[in-house]
Amino acid sequence: MKLVVNGEKQEFSGQPTIAGLLDELGLSGKKLAVELNRTVVQKTEWESTDLHDDDSLEIVHFVGGG
Amino acid sequence: MTMAIPENDSYQLAGKSYHSRLIVGTGKYADFEQTKEAIALTGAEIVTVAVRRVNITDPTQPNLLDYITPDKYTILPNTAGCYTAEDAVRTCRLAREAGVGKLVKLEVIGDERNLYPDVTATIEAAAELVKDGFDVLPYITDDPVACKKLEDVGCAAVMPLAAPIGSGLGIRNPYSIKIILEQSSVPVIVDAGVGTASDAAFAMELGCTAVLMNTAIAGADDPLAMARAMNLAVDAGRTAFLAGRIGKKLYASASSPITDLIG
Repeated sequence: MKLVVNGEKQEFSGQPTIAGLLDELGLSGKKLAVELNRTVVQKTEWESTDLHDDDSLEIVHFVGGG
Repeated sequence: MTMAIPENDSYQLAGKSYHSRLIVGTGKYADFEQTKEAIALTGAEIVTVAVRRVNITDPTQPNLLDYITPDKYTILPNTAGCYTAEDAVRTCRLAREAGVGKLVKLEVIGDERNLYPDVTATIEAAAELVKDGFDVLPYITDDPVACKKLEDVGCAAVMPLAAPIGSGLGIRNPYSIKIILEQSSVPVIVDAGVGTASDAAFAMELGCTAVLMNTAIAGADDPLAMARAMNLAVDAGRTAFLAGRIGKKLYASASSPITDLIG
């Protein structure tokens, strides 16, 4: 499956859910937020949200800023 | 450190009570250790953070919130770098989902060189965020009309700039800040442009609720010393405001008795 994750094209072969993608990226359990095709997806829906070809995701966290 | 500030001198922001009137950013420090140490020295209870993409090629990198922990600080995510109302709203929604609450520092930038806010886009984004349940703290020009409009759409505070972000020029227009203070029934927080301790003290002496800064501390030669200086300055300025300064006069008024002088 082809995805765009944080602006980068990614080939993804794992379980096709947001939770599955985060797991494959080694990001499970981290304090972050996810947008799928420009809409925020709540944490409680990560397990049940299926991903499809050409989906675009933003995975963000907090960094230093003023 | 013992301060002369009255114990009960606190203010309310979005339903929560705060004692420290210094709000600080977490950007531009050498590392997270220095961030943590400097922020502890400022005495701040609210700290701002930015929302950025996770580095998906190296997920093991340390996280800011392991150092600046949400149990100790109120985390205030910003929308720095957003140039449209839509991006700012998206960023706030992501920040809320990351689990630090609904308080957000709204910035919609209008010019990349002076980083002045886009006033119309800021008001538009603020209205949408308030409707969506956010407590919105907008960064805005030192313009009483813009501040009034932001208050009218339901912002939890207004945050007029002292001077351009990171410029260190201090409060360029204290008279505008005074008008904003006079007309506002929400907290007025001076945000951006502070350069040194006297600028922070001045904001407090004007009667501002709080002052928000980042570069003035993180960019100082010795950030830890400046962190302490800002803590002292905010307390000094606030205490002076509460003490009630003398009026300004054109001519002298002798401090020593003018009677019973030797002949």
